[in-house]
Amino acid sequence: MKTLPPALSDWFTAKGWTLHPHQWDMLARAPDPATLLIAPTGGGKTLAGFLPTLAELAQTPAKGLHTLYISPLKALAADIRRNLRTPIEGANLPIRVEDRTGDTTYTQRRRQRADPPHILLTTPESLALLLSYEDAPRIFAGLQRVILDELHALAESKRGDQMTLLLARLQSLSPGLRRVGLSATVEDPPALARFLAPNTGILLADPGPPPDIQMLETDTPPPWAGGGGRYAIAAILEQVKQHRTTLIFHNTRAQAELFFRDLWLANTEDLPIGIHHGSLSREQRERVEAAMVAGALRAIVCTGSLDLGIDWGDVDLVIQVGAPKNVKCLVQRIGRANHRYNAPSKALLLPANRFEVVECKAALDAVQGGTLDGEPRGPGPRDVLCQHILLTACSGAFDADHLYAEILTAGPYAALTRPEFDATLDFVATGGYALRAYDRWQRLKLTGTTWALRDPRAAAVIRQNLGTIIDTETLKVRLKNRSGGTPLGEVEEAFAATLTPGDTFLIGGQVVRYEGLREMTVEVSNQPGRDPKVAVFNGTKFATSTLLTQRILDIFKRDRWPELPAHTAQWLSLQREVSRLPNAETLLCESFPHDGREHLVVYGFAGRNAQQTLGLLLTKAMEEAGLAPLGFVATDYATLIWGIDAVHDAKPLFNLTALQQGLETWLAGNAVMKRTFRASAIIAGLIERSHQGRRKSGRQATFSSDILYDTLRKYDPDHLLLQITREEAMRGLIDFSRIEDLLTRVAGRIETRRLPRLSPLSAPLFLEPGRIPVQGMGRERLADEAARKLMEAAGLA
Amino acid sequence: MSHTLTLAHESLVARPSGALFWPERRLLCVSDLHLGKSERFARRAGTLLPPYETHETLLRLEAEIEATGAGSVICLGDSFDDAASLDGMEESDRLWLTRLIAGRDWVWIAGNHDAGPLEIAGSHRAEVRLGALTFRHIAEPGARGEVSGHYHPKARLAGKAWRCFLADTARLILPAFGTYTGGLWADDQALTGLMQPGALALLTGGTATRAIPMPR
Repeated sequence: MKTLPPALSDWFTAKGWTLHPHQWDMLARAPDPATLLIAPTGGGKTLAGFLPTLAELAQTPAKGLHTLYISPLKALAADIRRNLRTPIEGANLPIRVEDRTGDTTYTQRRRQRADPPHILLTTPESLALLLSYEDAPRIFAGLQRVILDELHALAESKRGDQMTLLLARLQSLSPGLRRVGLSATVEDPPALARFLAPNTGILLADPGPPPDIQMLETDTPPPWAGGGGRYAIAAILEQVKQHRTTLIFHNTRAQAELFFRDLWLANTEDLPIGIHHGSLSREQRERVEAAMVAGALRAIVCTGSLDLGIDWGDVDLVIQVGAPKNVKCLVQRIGRANHRYNAPSKALLLPANRFEVVECKAALDAVQGGTLDGEPRGPGPRDVLCQHILLTACSGAFDADHLYAEILTAGPYAALTRPEFDATLDFVATGGYALRAYDRWQRLKLTGTTWALRDPRAAAVIRQNLGTIIDTETLKVRLKNRSGGTPLGEVEEAFAATLTPGDTFLIGGQVVRYEGLREMTVEVSNQPGRDPKVAVFNGTKFATSTLLTQRILDIFKRDRWPELPAHTAQWLSLQREVSRLPNAETLLCESFPHDGREHLVVYGFAGRNAQQTLGLLLTKAMEEAGLAPLGFVATDYATLIWGIDAVHDAKPLFNLTALQQGLETWLAGNAVMKRTFRASAIIAGLIERSHQGRRKSGRQATFSSDILYDTLRKYDPDHLLLQITREEAMRGLIDFSRIEDLLTRVAGRIETRRLPRLSPLSAPLFLEPGRIPVQGMGRERLADEAARKLMEAAGLA
Repeated sequence: MSHTLTLAHESLVARPSGALFWPERRLLCVSDLHLGKSERFARRAGTLLPPYETHETLLRLEAEIEATGAGSVICLGDSFDDAASLDGMEESDRLWLTRLIAGRDWVWIAGNHDAGPLEIAGSHRAEVRLGALTFRHIAEPGARGEVSGHYHPKARLAGKAWRCFLADTARLILPAFGTYTGGLWADDQALTGLMQPGALALLTGGTATRAIPMPR
């Protein structure tokens, strides 16, 4: 199809719109079984994806579901519905568009199943749920097209792996289904194309002119350490005044909150500025989104929740606060500015501390060099496969051979062997334990050649646990008043546990007072003006890419840094003076006391996963040497270990052979592995997500997944879930080969500098999230000490 | 290292395993074994948990009996996860339990999970009085010299959660001994309402039993 139906083309003409070349190309490729469109943000990707659907439905209106649109964000689905309404109503097309997400009401969801719209906008999780119903074959029988938006983002997570399995299912239900993937610029388009479907055609849109991007220099130098960029409030406010609409991105929600509050304190002209992040309540986010669409806001302080292409209006400046952790994400964020095709995007980078000045410089060099980063994802994880088998069983009896054949068509699972599949099926059906304890209570029963749920009532529980996103436990926050209270957002349960009535904290940009906990809701009252604690959110955690890490090490090599702001050059000089700058040839370790504990920093510059592995290995060696380590945290550059006793020479800790001995046991018992196990056990359906509504006070919590993990390790070490946990750890968390490379490269050149206090370079490590406790004798000594102090304080000793 | 406490003039030992030992009577007391929990989960909810927790719990119980040389054992209720758990037990585990009971004065106190009659050796009682001490599943307000279980208390110290005994001059509440058992924070109203001011939490699960003031 090379032409648009008259109704549409007339309307486009009347509006004075012309299509971009890649939008025409998408129309031409409409009959292809699979197409991946790669276009810069603001390039009209979404319209390009929908044009063939609009054209087909305008020409031959039909009943039933024609196109399924899937985005990783609920907000995106609602936004697209608004945007599609304009051409559909304008050209007077008989097309019904609806969205279906976790926010859709029960009545509407029921109606959608009985009478599906032409275009359904949804998320992977809602689609999984739809496919788990018995009537899925009827709903999807006539499906023509599926559009996957922001495919680059989906493909990086288990949500994407699950998505490919759901696509395979959809293709079986509707063999003529055509797939379209929409993606921002990525480093490896063919890999993304294989992820979408075998034999996917790739369409590359004009990437547009290079962005106008600079570091924002301020009169006040950035602080030595810390995040948030609050030192530059005045300069940023000035930028907001000079532009129509500014997006101010932060790397974490907590930083966004603090920044937003201080921005308002300085906002003497009362410029309309809003805040948007994933921990705010839906009502609050929707209010900000509506104001944004209406053009009522001059700036919006936000986090990754705005990363994905929500299209709201006339953004002409993007400010990134804090160093971007990878180049790809930065490029995509920059693309949010200036949605006019073929006009350069304008962006400013604001380093939050002096180390980030170096990071920002490295990122700028990379953007100007046109290099993108990213690491290939391995084969599809089997915990997701377990969930898929459960989902399939919910929708009805299935044949194992057919299911296996269908799964092989999903990109990440193309290499799944039959024995692997059979073991996965066995786990889902019987638990897969060496001790065959559950013959009477199997989850799935085999009758003839078909498998089905033993107890069909189990489907309800399985449906509640669908999805691959594992959140930390959060509690809702509400303003306490007579009418039930205004929802403000969510905080992590662990944070809520530290609050006592009267404490104040920041949420949604306002300072609130903690009143109490009622039915698992945190009740607060307004308390402006007090100095607040900072709430903890499970904000986005980025790992700096290897590419950027290498560029940073290169910058360190120079004698002087005339290209960096003076304050940062001085800071690096200071590090050189009190210790030295890390390099690739000799491994630098720093040892110093701080805040009542001894610390050891190892600057391996080996990437977060390898530095984390190093943390596991070194704490093991320290435990054996009786140095009582208590915990560690890893960044892409360094590992920071704290403990009770000082390390004066780190070199003996790096004995590779000794490190490897008993490594398996040490790794297996570690908190990292337990965390990984928990996530996989929930996804695979071994344990349920805890449903907050069901928890009541005065009752014991259920046993922790750590106990299940320890028991399995002891009695069934080859169990499928332990295999999955090890695979997952090897995939992302444990990186032993890079440690070997590092130690081979430095060949025994390991230098320990004993310092009287923390070094300039180590300061940012103290603010790093993701601290990992070590459960060894150090913890016991700490407990002895803490118990003694408490008893003394109570006059009981 | 264990912690010795006095309740109604009797000297009792709170062991790091979460078991209580009464040396004068060579009596071991454990609470909330919840044997058969994974089997009940499979039967009721369709969740197939690793089916090894009964074995693990018996292993730890046997080790405590051997370490103390106990001639009497009191299981303080919720020993079985429900009335059908005994039937669902692996034959080998059942025989093992029978061997542990043989030759010992063994008392099963009824709990809310296992209130019905149980077909296993030992005497089955609602509560037991021995000297000035009363052993029952759920603590009763106003009781004195009472040893009970039921709540699975736990407390935080040094960045970690520990199963704990709660002790004041009138009563002692035991932690859960069963492998798959969660806990209730000691500062929950259900527990703070029960324990006197000045009560101690005796933390178990480490190399020693550690006493701290009960968190409130």
